[in-house]
Amino acid sequence: MMTEAQQLSRAAKFASRNRVNNLATLLALAAMAFGLVWLFWILIETVRLGIGGLSIATLTQMTPPPNEDGGLANAIYGSLLMVGLATLVGTPIGVMAGIYLAEFDKSGWLANLTRFVNDILLSAPSIVIGLFVYAIAVNPVKTFSGAAGVLALALIVIPVVIRTTENMLQLVPAGLREAAYALGAPKWKVIISITLKAARAGVITGVLLAVARIAGETAPLLFTALSNQFWTSSLGQPMASLPVTIFKFAMSPYENWQKLAWAGVFLITLAVLALNIAARLLARNKS
Amino acid sequence: MTTALPNKRARSGPLVDQIFGWVAKACALLTLGLLIAILTSLTISAWPAIAKYGLSFMSSTVWDPVQEEFGGFVMIYGTLATSLIALLIAVPVSFGIALFLTELSPAWLKRPLGTAIELLAAVPSIVYGMWGLLVFGPVLAEYVQTPLQNAFSGVPYLGALVSGPPVGIGLLSAGIILAIMIIPFIAAVMRDVFEVTPPLLKESAYGLGATTWEVVSKVVLPYTKTGVIGGIMLGLGRAIGETMAVTFVIGNFNQLDSLSLFQAANSITSALANEFAEAGEGLHQAALMYLGLVLFFITFVILTLSKLLLTQLRKAEGAKT
Repeated sequence: MMTEAQQLSRAAKFASRNRVNNLATLLALAAMAFGLVWLFWILIETVRLGIGGLSIATLTQMTPPPNEDGGLANAIYGSLLMVGLATLVGTPIGVMAGIYLAEFDKSGWLANLTRFVNDILLSAPSIVIGLFVYAIAVNPVKTFSGAAGVLALALIVIPVVIRTTENMLQLVPAGLREAAYALGAPKWKVIISITLKAARAGVITGVLLAVARIAGETAPLLFTALSNQFWTSSLGQPMASLPVTIFKFAMSPYENWQKLAWAGVFLITLAVLALNIAARLLARNKS
Repeated sequence: MTTALPNKRARSGPLVDQIFGWVAKACALLTLGLLIAILTSLTISAWPAIAKYGLSFMSSTVWDPVQEEFGGFVMIYGTLATSLIALLIAVPVSFGIALFLTELSPAWLKRPLGTAIELLAAVPSIVYGMWGLLVFGPVLAEYVQTPLQNAFSGVPYLGALVSGPPVGIGLLSAGIILAIMIIPFIAAVMRDVFEVTPPLLKESAYGLGATTWEVVSKVVLPYTKTGVIGGIMLGLGRAIGETMAVTFVIGNFNQLDSLSLFQAANSITSALANEFAEAGEGLHQAALMYLGLVLFFITFVILTLSKLLLTQLRKAEGAKT
């Protein structure tokens, strides 16, 4: 039998444990709310100010000088062109390297080293990629160019695609491969038309995420593609892009530039979130 | 006894196979080569500055492009200080979010909330930067900095920490914006490692009458601590290498006049973003390249540590199941 004092001390201990637990729960709730508040605040401001700055001219006219009317057409075109080309260049390399890691060399030292280096590159500061491309592609020819911008963005695409391709290929059941081998198919055919096909949705998800990532990248373009006030399709010249234009316009004191910057930020956020949601839906349908 | 020769298509296998294998290997090697190429080219480009200043570059506070005199201390300090502020805010909040998502949230809320946090991670950093400069900065100046200054003016140390013009630009704003940026990263990793804890362990603790907090602090956290630290390091790596979110709000001021958190300052990434395209060839550019090399080195070390810790957790998990 417990004495009254024992019972009291137990009750007190239980109460204090409960208090600590309630406090922790409350703080966790507060942290969750804290995280969501920023998301909504940023999204609401972006939509409010972005739609305010958006008009037909934004999509049809060139970037203007200060205090004149204009739009973002050349920047949008430059972004689409560079992001598109960088994806076309980076995806095959990333997919092939992912195939190597998942199908040819699963646990050798070369594969482990590659995985490690790939993880480093995946989170390396993108501005360093910009410096690197400046050193190898801008400085030797003494001119900023769209091509250098494409190269910088492609270097960011590659690690993302390698990572997802490898992960997705590893999910393909071994029985599928073995069945194909048993039918006498050569390895390259097994990979291309069986495993890669089975992992298609996952690989596309990875590519979409990579596109979403480079669509908003500013730092690697600052000293590779630079910017351009005019419309250009030539990859040998400096090329405008949406993020770099936003950077220039947002830091300026001119009201019309800031307005356009908000419109640009709205467009980029919209595109990036749409790509992410598309990637998510695709991944969910598959699984 | 005759064996029919395999038809031509099947025989084309081995050669195509070999070529395919080579191409795949070449692509993997390209990744390795890329890292080496980045290190080499940055070192070569930075060489004039390395040769002239050596390691004292990192402790010198002078940055004077006109006199051609360069030292990186102000930028390195700015990078480390903003990242530290960011971690101080982001780690507890991310822990709370991960705790909420794994232990407290009702099942139907888990997915939408998890997705919302992941989307926050996908928003491009330039959006954070611009929002920080034009929306958050003024709010911070009016409702946080000014009251703090009024409260602490005259108090030693604390007063110095909050001196300077309350304009919403400087180390503190940059740190807060960085925190908002890395919260989703750290929270997502923490949630994933928390979910690694075997349900059996948690259920046993709950069965003994442990409260949610006791389960998390005495079972989940000890089990996943390497992973949690790895996740924090990953967030730190992001914060140190982040460019746009910082460049907008740090103020780009190359002197270290006071310890104040409200003072405009500079970081490695924003110095590069602002000065590099206009830097004349020669020592100025080499000094900036040197800064880039330092940045790459710091993130390299942090990412390596985080990767090692996260692998360790995965190995421990494999050994126990």
